[in-house]
Amino acid sequence: MATDDIYILGINMTKFGKYPDKDTVDLAAEAVIAALKDGQVTMKDMGVMAAGCLMGQGGIGQMIQKQVGQTGIPVYNVSNACATGATALRTVIMAIKAGECDMGLAVGVEKLAGVGLLGASPASKSAGKEWKPSGRYGSVQNVDGLIGTANMPGTFAQVGMEYGHKYGGATFELFAKISEKNHAHSTLNPLAAYNKRMTLDEIMNDIMIAYPNTRPMCSANCDGAAAAVLVSGTKLKTLSLEQQRRAVKVSASVLTSDPYQEACQILPDVNTLTKIAAKQAYEQAGVSPSDLNLVELHDCFATAELVHYDNLMLCEEGGAVDFFNSGATWRDGKTPVNVSGGLESKGHPIAATGIANVWEVCHHLRGEAGPRQIEGAKVGLAHVIGLGSACGIHILEKSAL
Amino acid sequence: MTMTQIPLVDYLVLGDKPHLTANECTSCGARFFDRRNACAACFAEEFKTVAIQNEGIVRAFTIVTFAAPGVPVPFVAAVIDCGGTSVRANVINVEATPEKVSLGMKVRLATYSLGTDDHGTEAIGFGYEPA
Ligand SMILES: [Zn+2]
Repeated sequence: MATDDIYILGINMTKFGKYPDKDTVDLAAEAVIAALKDGQVTMKDMGVMAAGCLMGQGGIGQMIQKQVGQTGIPVYNVSNACATGATALRTVIMAIKAGECDMGLAVGVEKLAGVGLLGASPASKSAGKEWKPSGRYGSVQNVDGLIGTANMPGTFAQVGMEYGHKYGGATFELFAKISEKNHAHSTLNPLAAYNKRMTLDEIMNDIMIAYPNTRPMCSANCDGAAAAVLVSGTKLKTLSLEQQRRAVKVSASVLTSDPYQEACQILPDVNTLTKIAAKQAYEQAGVSPSDLNLVELHDCFATAELVHYDNLMLCEEGGAVDFFNSGATWRDGKTPVNVSGGLESKGHPIAATGIANVWEVCHHLRGEAGPRQIEGAKVGLAHVIGLGSACGIHILEKSAL
Repeated sequence: MTMTQIPLVDYLVLGDKPHLTANECTSCGARFFDRRNACAACFAEEFKTVAIQNEGIVRAFTIVTFAAPGVPVPFVAAVIDCGGTSVRANVINVEATPEKVSLGMKVRLATYSLGTDDHGTEAIGFGYEPA
């Protein structure tokens, strides 16, 4: 282990689901305490902390410290849409790389059960009273529903449809089949919010939210938290053999925002920044897409999963439809994608997602994934994207010990 | 009393030939529908107003059947390619079904009334209808 490498020493995710009796701090504390135990360290060993809770008020990191240990270390409260968890991880990694400390804690938590449609704004109540221009577009009323849509299912539906316009073959049935795969995978994940296998018919005939995304093709709003303890390679060498054996190497940690593209003002461009992040990550890690034993990618909607096969270079450019149809992304395929069940069934407590997907990959690399273990997994990739946009990619490798 | 009209957004120009306009960066040609402090593409600070062509094709669409309270559904939300400038809009004057709306479909700008306020001002919206 090279001294400038970064490792995940301990990591944990809570079961995702509904927690009417627990608040965000309870859930985050549960994940933090378990992650510290998993790494066989305590809050005393942490030199830095980064925390995120997108829907919460500020200061979530300090609120968590009050429940798990106040040691006076710097706290960075981060917010980066659905990439918030990945941003927390990346913040801690940067602090360790900068030599400010040799161990740090990243945590993300969200309570979203029963929240409903994300990104939707209700129609103006004053409509009809007095038309008065306001905002950067000088609009006289809320334009959602009048000038396209900014709601999440509709936005990501268009992302998938645009891919279909460019390359063909992206039918309603194809997107539903992607969802069928993820729901099938979720049956092996006891921590998923939903574990129900669904038939293609059930998925296609469920409530249509935004064509071609029906309800089971949308990420599941739920509660949950995830936390990770990161350590420098130098420090890890001084720890026990057991800790070294279970440590997972962070071979690449990348965060990008979207560079200007002609249409990005109109429909968020989730492709360009993911492609750039993927290229950087593969270079940093010195691995190629064909080396990946599993991928957890941001299937906030079934329509999004398709485009990310291409963006992450898991297939040839324009070849995502054929790639999926080959069976490659099922758990017994060439490149298993979202064996956790993905956001569509595991659930998507926003700020937790970017650490929970890393947990899933680590679980397989450590050989601890039980019945859903991808046998012999050595390298995995975790990807998230937050609209606005921010893309986080982490490539993880099994310990050489 | 003459009835006055107001566009839904300030980049919709009403009159005899309704059309959309954009703020075009005089340095690199990038187009923006909202006001910009500097160009997102090249950082220049000068813009001029340009007209967007009224004809385009549907490059992406969705049929929204589940929206926030007060937003009538279903509606077709789309990205229209108007001669190289992407426009966000609804596809209107068409049945909101996947059988009637298709990728690559030719459309053109159309306007419609959003109603009149208490001062007698009529708001005008826009969308793209099959051409
Ligand atoms: Zn410019």
